[in-house]
Amino acid sequence: MTSSSSAPVPGLSLKRITVTYPGHREPVLDGLDLDVADGRLLALLGPSGCGKTTTVQVASGLLTPSRGAVHLGGTDVTRIPPEHRGVAVVFQQPMLLPHRTVLDNVAFPARMRGRSRRDARTAALAQLERVGLDALAARYPRQLSGGQAQRVALARALAAEPAVLLLDEPFSALDPSLRHTMRDLLTTVQRELAVTTVLVTHDQTEAAAVADSVALLDQGRLLQQAQPADLYARPASLAVARFLGCPTALPGHVTPQGRFACLLGELDLPDTVAHRGPGHLVIRPEAVQVGTGPDTVAAVVHSARPEGAFTALVADTAAGPVHVLLPPGTSPALSEHLRLRLPVAHRWVVPDRHSPAGPPSINGVAGPGPAAC
Amino acid sequence: MRRALRKAVFAVLTLWIAAPLLPLLIWAFAGRWVYPALVPQEFSLRAWGQAAAPQQQVIAATGTSLALALTTALTATALGALAARGLVLYRPPAAGLVRLLLLAPVLVPPFALAVGVQEVFVRAGLSDHPTGVALVHLVPALPYTVLVMIGGFATYDLRMEQTARTLGASRTAVLRHVTLPALSPALLAAATLAFLVSWSEYLMTVLVGGGVVTTLPLLLFATAAGSGNQALTAVLGTLTVAPPVLLFGVGAALLRRNRAVWADPDHDPSPSFATPEIER
Repeated sequence: MTSSSSAPVPGLSLKRITVTYPGHREPVLDGLDLDVADGRLLALLGPSGCGKTTTVQVASGLLTPSRGAVHLGGTDVTRIPPEHRGVAVVFQQPMLLPHRTVLDNVAFPARMRGRSRRDARTAALAQLERVGLDALAARYPRQLSGGQAQRVALARALAAEPAVLLLDEPFSALDPSLRHTMRDLLTTVQRELAVTTVLVTHDQTEAAAVADSVALLDQGRLLQQAQPADLYARPASLAVARFLGCPTALPGHVTPQGRFACLLGELDLPDTVAHRGPGHLVIRPEAVQVGTGPDTVAAVVHSARPEGAFTALVADTAAGPVHVLLPPGTSPALSEHLRLRLPVAHRWVVPDRHSPAGPPSINGVAGPGPAAC
Repeated sequence: MRRALRKAVFAVLTLWIAAPLLPLLIWAFAGRWVYPALVPQEFSLRAWGQAAAPQQQVIAATGTSLALALTTALTATALGALAARGLVLYRPPAAGLVRLLLLAPVLVPPFALAVGVQEVFVRAGLSDHPTGVALVHLVPALPYTVLVMIGGFATYDLRMEQTARTLGASRTAVLRHVTLPALSPALLAAATLAFLVSWSEYLMTVLVGGGVVTTLPLLLFATAAGSGNQALTAVLGTLTVAPPVLLFGVGAALLRRNRAVWADPDHDPSPSFATPEIER
């Protein structure tokens, strides 16, 4: 799962982190392993309650894990308090000090390290210029808009010259257009400074848009860590596929010849599928087309609902329901018989694993389940 | 019309509160004042001279009262802040019950409370001593500080402290630069209330102080009841009123200045002042 190359030391590394809150039986983090390559941006993606915020707390030193270790640049920092760790956190709310000006807020980290007021302010102004807010240096946090305040918070975190920057849902409270601007700002600043960064988000589009690699977390475990495109094209499990908006999963098995045998017959697979044995065929709804010809399969429309300009269609095939995202203009009626093309290049097989959570059975894949798993 | 009415109500209220203080002030400076004259026949500072005399204990009692009130203000505010922090931010089990217990001293009739407290303090060997009195003043003061600080913590976010920690601030630096400034209005209000409770406390002081610890209210009651010296009583009354009024004035001014910094979204400094104290 950790597909990153093994030679360089990761900027941030969590090793077998387990956290159990007092009074709870189930751990929030259950033996979590996570590596963030030095100078790269990792998006930590997952449904709410999956342990993302706890991961931030552990990495920053605000929370000591029950078990496991935190390494920064190869050094064990598990017992080092947050103020000496060099891991700056930006939360969803900017958390600026209300009684200080913007400039003095950004100067705060340098002041805490014992720099003179003048030095700290000069450095702070440079950081404010970086986020384009040097004109607002004399304002108080109350006088800022939400987006401005969050930019100040980012500038303040950068002023701490952290080894690792942790952003916990930093843009979730902002409106969508502003969110895009902030993402661009973040990627620009992050590339420029090459600071190891973890962006916590529940928004897969945001994760895919900014991250070098994406780690998908669920119920305190790492489901998969990969580059965004790989995550979409080659999900490691049904849970990953479903979370990323790919609910189609047809049960069957991969033959020794590399073909997928299911109730639809034997289907061709791309060469990238190395798995042999039982598994589920997954294919993204955007890739499926309605068509005719010998390479199509018969289906009956089960449901259709508008999704923006598109139509989200669920069609029953002999092997199970297939989800299709139809382009504007075509809208089949319920119970209509049609034929679907499942392009070979977009097919992928998720191996069946006999995990304690119960093996994914034929029953387990039916229905257009919600995106969260 | 409406404004006029508001002004009238304000004037009546001011008169209602201030009127009893006027005879007090006149009496304090009266030399001879015999019925039926509306104002004293003679003005003098004799009563003030009496009050300054050592055998009257006025100066000593004022000192004791001030020391007790300041100690109570400091201790009760610190304890109240800690209790409120625990109750609001960490939500312990049975928080409601703990809150009720902390507020109990103001819910129970004062005399019943005082008698019970005296019993405990005598058994603990804390009576007849300033330390015991200082401790007993905490009992009626704590509920107020807890209440005020619960309000203060209601809008407080622990992540403010967490952020500061990750930016390099130690625990003490967080306390100094984050927690105390953020809570300063509530702390000031709580301390003022605790000061006032201790300053005007009579019953507990009498019962636990056992006549050994003399405070200003004790002296005032004794003089008013037994001496027949109206002028001296008025001087003591004035001395009792002045510090709380002064304290309220200073506290209100501080709070107002605070608010100017905290909640003034319209205040928009021109860009020319954008970078103070920086040589570019």
